[in-house]
Amino acid sequence: MKKTHIVILVSIAALIVALIVFSAGDFSTYETISSAKNKQGKFVHLIAKLDKSEPIEYDAVNNPNYLSFYAIDSLGGKTKVVFHNSKPTDLEKSERIVMKGKMQADHFECKDILLKCPSKYKDDKKQLEKTITNQQDSTYK
Amino acid sequence: MEFEGEHLLPGQIGHFFVLLAFVASILSTIAYFTASRKTDLAEKKSWINFARLSFAVQLISAAIIFAIVFFICSNHYFEYMYAYKHASKELESKYLLACIWEGQEGSFLLWVIWHSILGIFIMFKSKEWESPVMTVISFAQFFLLLMLLGLHISDVRLGSNLFTLTRNEIAGPIFSQPDYLNYIKDGIGLNVLLRNYWMVIHPPILFLGFASTIIPFAYAYAGIQTKRFGDWVTPALPWALFSACVLGVGIMMGGKWAYESLSFGGYWAWDPVENASLVPWLILIAGMHTMVIYKATGHSLKASYLFAFLTFIFILYSTFLTRTGILGDTSVHAFTDAGKAVNIMILLFVAAFTLPSIILLIINLKKIPTEKQEESTNSREFWMFIGSLVFFLSALFIIAKTSVPVYNKVFGTSFAQPENVEFSYNKVIILVAIIIGLLSAVTQYFKYKKTAPAYILKKIAIPTLLAAVMTAALAIFYPLTYYKMGAGFLGAAYIALFAAIYSVIANGAYIWSGLNGKLKAAGGSIAHFGFALMLVGILISSSNKEVISNSGANGINIQIKGKDPMTKEVDNPQENLTLIRQVPVAMGPYEVTYLKDSLGHEKGRRFYELLFQRKDAVTKKVTEQFTLWPDVYIMKDNNMSSNPDTKTYLGKDVFTYLSYAINNDNKPEDTAQFTIHEMAEGDTAFYSNGIIILNRVVKNPDNEKYHFKSTDAALMADITLISKDSMHFGAMPLVQVDEFGVNQVDDTVYAQNLYLKFAGVTEGRKIKLGVKESDKLIEYITLKAYIFPGINLVWLGLIIMALGLMMSAVKRAKLSTFYAALALIFAGVGLFYMFLLAN
Repeated sequence: MKKTHIVILVSIAALIVALIVFSAGDFSTYETISSAKNKQGKFVHLIAKLDKSEPIEYDAVNNPNYLSFYAIDSLGGKTKVVFHNSKPTDLEKSERIVMKGKMQADHFECKDILLKCPSKYKDDKKQLEKTITNQQDSTYK
Repeated sequence: MEFEGEHLLPGQIGHFFVLLAFVASILSTIAYFTASRKTDLAEKKSWINFARLSFAVQLISAAIIFAIVFFICSNHYFEYMYAYKHASKELESKYLLACIWEGQEGSFLLWVIWHSILGIFIMFKSKEWESPVMTVISFAQFFLLLMLLGLHISDVRLGSNLFTLTRNEIAGPIFSQPDYLNYIKDGIGLNVLLRNYWMVIHPPILFLGFASTIIPFAYAYAGIQTKRFGDWVTPALPWALFSACVLGVGIMMGGKWAYESLSFGGYWAWDPVENASLVPWLILIAGMHTMVIYKATGHSLKASYLFAFLTFIFILYSTFLTRTGILGDTSVHAFTDAGKAVNIMILLFVAAFTLPSIILLIINLKKIPTEKQEESTNSREFWMFIGSLVFFLSALFIIAKTSVPVYNKVFGTSFAQPENVEFSYNKVIILVAIIIGLLSAVTQYFKYKKTAPAYILKKIAIPTLLAAVMTAALAIFYPLTYYKMGAGFLGAAYIALFAAIYSVIANGAYIWSGLNGKLKAAGGSIAHFGFALMLVGILISSSNKEVISNSGANGINIQIKGKDPMTKEVDNPQENLTLIRQVPVAMGPYEVTYLKDSLGHEKGRRFYELLFQRKDAVTKKVTEQFTLWPDVYIMKDNNMSSNPDTKTYLGKDVFTYLSYAINNDNKPEDTAQFTIHEMAEGDTAFYSNGIIILNRVVKNPDNEKYHFKSTDAALMADITLISKDSMHFGAMPLVQVDEFGVNQVDDTVYAQNLYLKFAGVTEGRKIKLGVKESDKLIEYITLKAYIFPGINLVWLGLIIMALGLMMSAVKRAKLSTFYAALALIFAGVGLFYMFLLAN
C-alpha cells in the first residue's frame, strides 16, 4: 500500500474509534426505583408498574403537559412520577412501564414512557385465555 | 370428544404441504450441492434436473400453503389459531393480506414465497451459476420452512405451525364443550395500529428486499465454490442493484408510514427495528460500489466478497434482533418473544450462514486475486472505495449501538439508551453525511486508474461554486434553525447541507458534461442525485421541524420561560395543547379552532374537525384557511390509535394528531334550564363566572357567521362576555322569521359552558336573552402539531434514487431496453403516486 492510503485509512479508523469512545459515555442504565433514588439527577431507565392504589393526576384542560402518577417496582420501591407530556391512553391498563428520566428529590422526572399493554400482545397465551373466556362469559349474559 | 362445526380438512392439507415443502427444500439443497461439485456434464445435468423438480415442488407447496392460510382467514375459521389471532369479521377485506403477514409465521411464509420466485429467475437466467447459487437459496428455504414446521419431537416443538387449532393452543373452559365454536364470536383481528394501506404494501416490498439480498451472497459463495473467484461479480451486480433499490424503497415506505399514520412525529427515529433493516442496506451499498470497482479495475474483490456476505448475514442478524423479543424494552415495534425453540432456530439460521461463509472466505483469502498495481489517489476507484468504507463503518457503528440489549443479555449488564437517542446517532451520522455528500459529488469526475488533477479542478469548479452560492443563499434566506444542540452541531449541519447540495448539482452536471446527456448510462448519477436530494430533504426537515402546539407559541397554557422551576432544566418540551371546542387558539402562524367531531365508517373511529386560519397581521382578514381531520380509533379492546392528518404544501407539511382525547360518548344528560334576562342595548347581566353585555341588536346581519339580505326578517344580538379572569368572548344568538315560522339560532361559548338564546322581543326596545349554564363536560381535545419543511424532497429523492438504481440494474443485466423502460416508467409513476400523492 502507498503511504497516502495508509494515512487516509488510519485517519478514518482513528476517527471511528474516537467516535465510539466519544459515544461510549453516552449510555444510560436500567435501575430499580431505590437505586435510582441514590443517583439523583442522573438519567436512568426504570422498569416499573403503575401503582393503582394512588390517583393519576391529569387535567388536559388545565395543563395538557402535566401528568403525575405513582410507580412501584418488583423490589417494593415506590416513587411519584411526573411526565410533562400528554397522558398515554393505555396507562391504566399497562402491565409494565419503561420510563426514561431523572430522579429529582421527591419525584421521578420522566422524559419518555414506553408502555407494555396486554392488549398489544397477542402472543401472550395467558391473555388469550382471558380473552376467549371473557368472550364466552359475555355470550352467556 | 367430537367437536362441532370445525373445518379440519384445509389445515390437514396445509400441514401436509408444509412438510412436503420442507422435505423438498432438503432435497433441492442436496441435489444442487451435489450438482455443483460434479464435473461430469451428464451427471451434473441429471442432478440439476432433480434439484429443479424438488425446488418446483417446494415452490408450488409454498403457494398452496399461502392460499390455504388466506382461505382460512378470509372465511373466519376461528378453530384455527392463526385465523383467531389475526383475522376478524369486522376487518375490511383490503386488510386480509395484511393480517396474514402480521404474525411471525405469515411473514416467514412471505419470505419463503419471495425466495421461491427469485429462485425461478435464477433457475432460468443464471446458466452455469445455477447449482451453487440455488444451493444457497434452497438452504435458506430449509431454515425458513423449519420455522413453520410445527413438528413435535418429544417435548420440543420445531417451528410454529400455521395450522394449529385454537383449542390445542389455549386452555379455556369453553373448549370442554363440543360446540365451543358457537361461543367464539369473533377473532382478535389485525392490530388497529396496523390498519393502514402501508401495512398492505410495506411488508411485501421490505421482504422482497430482504429476500433478494441472498442472491449476491449466493453468487459470492458460488465464486469460491467454483474457484472462479472474480467471475461471479458480473451476474451478481444487477441483483445487488435491484436489491439496493427494493430494500431502500421498503425501508422508506416504513418511514413514510410512520410519518403519515403513526403518531411518532417523524419518519425516522433510530428505533432498533428501523436500524436493523438500514444496516444491511448500508453494507449492500458499500458492496455494490466495490463490485463496480472490481469490474472496472480489478481492485476491491476481497471487499466485495466481505460485503456480499455481510449484507445477508446482517439481514439474518436483524431477523434475530426483531423476532426474538430481545429488543422488547427498547423498541416500539419489535415482535414479541416467540418462545425458546423459535429463538434457538433463528440463532441456528444466523450461524448456519455466518460461520461457513466467513470461514470459506478466510480459507480462500489467499486465492482471491488482487491487483498488484495500487490505486492512485487521483483515481475514481480509490475514492469510491473510501466511500464504501465509510458506508460500512457507519453500518457497524449503528449496529453496535443497536445491539446493546444483546450485550446486556450476554454479559448481564444493564446498559440502556442515552438520554437523547436521536442525537447520539445524529452527531456521528452527520459526519458520514458530509463525507458521503462530498465523495458522491466529486468522485464521478475522477477517471478510473488515473486522472490529471487539472482536469478534475476544471470540471468541478462550476458545480462547487454553484453549490457554495446556493448554500449561502439558503443560509441567508432560509436558515437552519436547529440551535438545540449547540453551534458546533449547527455548523456540521450546514457543512452537510453544502455537501448534499454540492452532490445534487455535481451529479446533475455530470449527466450533461460527463455523459453528454446519455441517459441510458446515467443510472449511477441519477441514483446519486436522488440520494443527495434525499439528504437535503432530511437535513432541512429535521433541522427546521417546528412544534407549533407548544406553550411558547401561544398564550393559552402556562408559559415556562427560562428554567423550569420543577426540573431546573431549560429544555422541557411542552408540546401538547388543549383546544376547547370552538375557541380559536394561536398556533404558529395559524389560528386553530376545534369545530366538531364526527364518527367514521369504521366502528370506534372518530374524526375531529380542525379549522386552520391564517390571518393578515394588519387587516385581520383571513388570507388562507384549511381543515384537517385527525382521527382517533378506539377498538373494542380499548386499544387506541391516533392517526394524524396532514396539509401538504409543495415546500412543507402541516402535521397534527391528537395526543389525548376523552371519550365524549358518555356525556351526562344536560339538565340545566335557560334563565331569561330582559336587556336593552348596553345592558349588563351576570352569570356565575362573569358578565354578559348586550352591545347592540343588529337587523339582518351580514357578517362572518350570517348572511342575510335586507329583505329578510332576522334579529341578532351582538354580545360580549367578560369572565372573571378578564377573558373576552363574543356570541351572536339570532332569531329569524320566515315562511316556515320562527327559527332560533342559539350560540354557545364552550369555554364558559354557556348557551345563549335569542328568546324574543319585549317593549321598550328590550330583548329576551335566554342564558343557560351547562353542567355538561367541556368538549376539548389535546393535540400536537408540527410544521415539517422540505419533507417532499425526502420522498422525491428516494424515488429518483430508486429509479437510478433500477436503470443501472437494467443496463448491467443487459435487459431489453423497451420493456425495461416500460417497467421503469410504471414503477416510477407508482412510487410517485404512493409517496407524494396518495394521502
